[in-house]
Amino acid sequence: MALQMFMTFGSWNCLLLLVALEYSKASSDVNESANSTAQHAPNAWFAASSSEPDERISVFELDYDYVQIPYEVTLWILLASLAKIGFHLYHKLPGLMPESCLLILVGALVGGIIFGTDHKSPPVMDSSIYFLYLLPPIVLEGGYFMPTRPFFENIGSILWWAVLGALINALGIGLSLYLICQVQAFGLGDVNLLQNLLFGSLISAVDPVAVLAVFEEARVNEQLYMMIFGEALLNDGITVVLYNMLIAFTKMHKFEDIEPVDILAGCARFIIVGVGGVMFGIVFGFISAFITRFTQNISAIEPLIVFMFSYLSYLAAETLYLSGILAITACAVTMKKYVEENVSQTSYTTIKYFMKMLSSVSETLIFIFMGVSTVGKNHEWNWAFICFTLAFCQIWRAISVFALFYVSNQFRTFPFSIKDQCIIFYSGVRGAGSFSLAFLLPLSLFPRKKMFVTATLVVIYFTVFIQGITIGPLVRYLDVKKTNKKESINEELHIRLMDHLKAGIEDVCGHWSHYQVRDKFKKFDHRYLRKILIRENLPKSSIVSLYKKLEMKQAIEMVETGILSSTAFSIPHQAQRIQGIKRLSPEDVESIRDILTCNMYQVRQRTLSYNKYNLKPQTSEKQAKEILIRRQNTLRESMRKGHSLPWGKPAGTKNIRYLSFPYGNPQSAGRDTRAAGFSDDDGSNPGSPSITFSAHSRIRSLQKQQAPEIIPMKSLRRGGKTLSFGYQRSTSQEEHMGGSRRVALRPKPPFHAVDEEGESGGESEGEAFAVRSRWTTDRGHGRDYHRSHSPLLQRK
Amino acid sequence: MGSRSSHAAVIPDVDSIRRETGFSQASLLRLHHRFRALDRNKKGYLSRMDLQQIGALAVNPLGDRIIESFFPNGSQRVDFPGFVRVLAHFRPVEDEDTDQDPKKPEPLNSRRNKLHYAFQLYDLDRDGKISRHEMLQVLRLMVGVQVTEEQLENIADRTVQEADEDGDGAVSFLEFTKSLEKMDVEQKMSIRILK
Repeated sequence: MALQMFMTFGSWNCLLLLVALEYSKASSDVNESANSTAQHAPNAWFAASSSEPDERISVFELDYDYVQIPYEVTLWILLASLAKIGFHLYHKLPGLMPESCLLILVGALVGGIIFGTDHKSPPVMDSSIYFLYLLPPIVLEGGYFMPTRPFFENIGSILWWAVLGALINALGIGLSLYLICQVQAFGLGDVNLLQNLLFGSLISAVDPVAVLAVFEEARVNEQLYMMIFGEALLNDGITVVLYNMLIAFTKMHKFEDIEPVDILAGCARFIIVGVGGVMFGIVFGFISAFITRFTQNISAIEPLIVFMFSYLSYLAAETLYLSGILAITACAVTMKKYVEENVSQTSYTTIKYFMKMLSSVSETLIFIFMGVSTVGKNHEWNWAFICFTLAFCQIWRAISVFALFYVSNQFRTFPFSIKDQCIIFYSGVRGAGSFSLAFLLPLSLFPRKKMFVTATLVVIYFTVFIQGITIGPLVRYLDVKKTNKKESINEELHIRLMDHLKAGIEDVCGHWSHYQVRDKFKKFDHRYLRKILIRENLPKSSIVSLYKKLEMKQAIEMVETGILSSTAFSIPHQAQRIQGIKRLSPEDVESIRDILTCNMYQVRQRTLSYNKYNLKPQTSEKQAKEILIRRQNTLRESMRKGHSLPWGKPAGTKNIRYLSFPYGNPQSAGRDTRAAGFSDDDGSNPGSPSITFSAHSRIRSLQKQQAPEIIPMKSLRRGGKTLSFGYQRSTSQEEHMGGSRRVALRPKPPFHAVDEEGESGGESEGEAFAVRSRWTTDRGHGRDYHRSHSPLLQRK
Repeated sequence: MGSRSSHAAVIPDVDSIRRETGFSQASLLRLHHRFRALDRNKKGYLSRMDLQQIGALAVNPLGDRIIESFFPNGSQRVDFPGFVRVLAHFRPVEDEDTDQDPKKPEPLNSRRNKLHYAFQLYDLDRDGKISRHEMLQVLRLMVGVQVTEEQLENIADRTVQEADEDGDGAVSFLEFTKSLEKMDVEQKMSIRILK
């Protein structure tokens, strides 16, 4: 059904395209003839559209040439978008094949249409368009969405693998193909070493991220994920650098007398280009972060600054023949941390979406060009070359993966298993990058360019379709421990419980890394960089109130639908229900199982998840809110009934302390906060008030969920830092002490626990920050207090 | 590893902790570092509030119970050995652990102890059985709000019924273990980094 809709869309669009093309042909003929007559006719402006040279104003004109380029480009993009919509409508498809498959098919379709109607496709991709306009957005998006903490934790392995892997692949494939070319029987004698090396470098440009979406649900572990991501990120840069270098070589040395000096110079150049690009990127990143510090009054230009500076870093690096790709990547990575804290929430969202959009458009266009090239007459098919290329691609990738990881495993604390290595090997899917580089080979230097292009296309098609479609099952096969699956309900429940438990304990353990370097960087960062680059924080009161409203609304709804009113701690029912446990029929069991699978809360994904083609909607946010609200309520209920907390403490223990609340405390008054003393510190220390309050952190905790970031930890961290409402560490300490003390009214607890912890220092691996705050939907207990300040939100 | 700040010497009783939990020196150092980071006011022990400040636990449906498991017997503080003792349950099981001297107590990360830890998450009143009521509570925690109370009760009934063999309407630890005999508990409840 969805497929049919998709087909309909697709076909309507094709029809539209066909019609447009026919018109264009017609009108171009018309225009040509009209133009020639126009020169003779005195009234040229009449003749533009009519073929007769007499002077009539035509009522209806068609001028297709004027809009041809933008029109067709837009049409292609729309077609690809409609195809994507169709692709996602049928929800199983994204798990089956990567989206690149779809884009390639669309491209081939468009190519077929253009070829079929014999239409000259107007925007031919040339070198400048690709390198200046199409490539930067793709790379920028990769760099921006890269999760920084795991990246830097694994940076050694990533660099080792990406750089050396690309080099080994490129040189290996190049050399092997050269050897094949030496064999007379294949008729490839005229392809010299340099050309082979160049081909090797461009064919080793992999795009493994495209397949990530396919095996996402297999809970790939973080390190593996980072390897793939890191490789994708750096691979483009390295292959382009190699490519440019080899092209320069080819231009210089037409006689193939390359001296060792040149090779050394080449290596040095490689390093300089790479490192220089990165330096440029970092500098630009800092500049743009610095500038965003001052944009609070014109937040509309914040996205503009981000994009322009990144682009500028790319261009500036390219001017000096440094690697623009690495520059833009480094710029994005550096910039991200500080910019995220500076810009407003809407700018942040805009930046992310816009970046996705741009890169998506670029990639679509490249694939369309690819499709256009596929269907056409520009092929030169050479069986030997193509087959050997395919074979060598796989062989060399296998060699590089296993060799490099064998070495790097010796130095890692958590070595990569063979299974992980297989996944990395198999995810070597080629993409738009290699096609573009092949397409842009200068014909003058490469008389057999067509053969190269054909071979590249074959490799791309093969890897994307065959590897892309089979990698999902492969990963699931490698991952699955148990085979059959009809778990009993018990097992399902317990498994989920254990997953949650494990995630929770992992959170307690925190992230372990090489502390020294990270700590040093953090200290440096904190002491100097942040002071310069991050703006002074002002309370963003509108956002706070907005979130409060949302929270309250949800809480209200939950209560009204009767969910929260269920008594959590009613008298145990067992007494009444010992008999009468009905035997449930199998269908009931099935339905119970379904209920469980659909409704149990998902385990918080600690592992990362990245989808190249869209931003994940935040299902976890809603879940998190529910959990938080319920906990709130549970706590309150237990307090109210005088029970102790659900965990078995005897009721009536006075670990609850009432602290007095000073009248008219301006701070609290200004902030809608409420304080309760809930000290579970040792009771033997009555002197220290345990402080708590500020609904802010509560809001902040929601805020975090708000950021549509798929990496919960990261978003937590971000949430914790932004919107600190002036909550610099020092002030939070003081608030902690400052105290809100409230007079104890009666011995019986008619109060609530509001408790929350102020923001934690954010030191310590930057992750333990307090963000939980519980506030209660007070139902009338409020009147029990003397409170001077503004009422809390609850009133329902 | 061994940086200037955290030295094995700083951890009190490090040898006995090592013997009890089976952690390596390096892991203990890291855990100690983590313990000190969580212990905001440098008290030397952790209170519930310190653990509650781990933001991610707030959105874990079992967050409260997990925190509570660090404070056995109603105590209000957990010191480093206690902290490590809980985490030791999640140490991955290695093969050399299996041929232990039978006189030594079972290591904390044995299958039985892992299951016992999980069992205690259900069994709040520590009576050694998971009653239907307790099962219902856990279900409530773990399931979204769209499921009605009736459905939850059915599920709880069914769960207890499936596992309960001696018909007392509650799941004892043995029954719990039995119902999970096919499951790879060691892998589910092991955290790779806690070597």
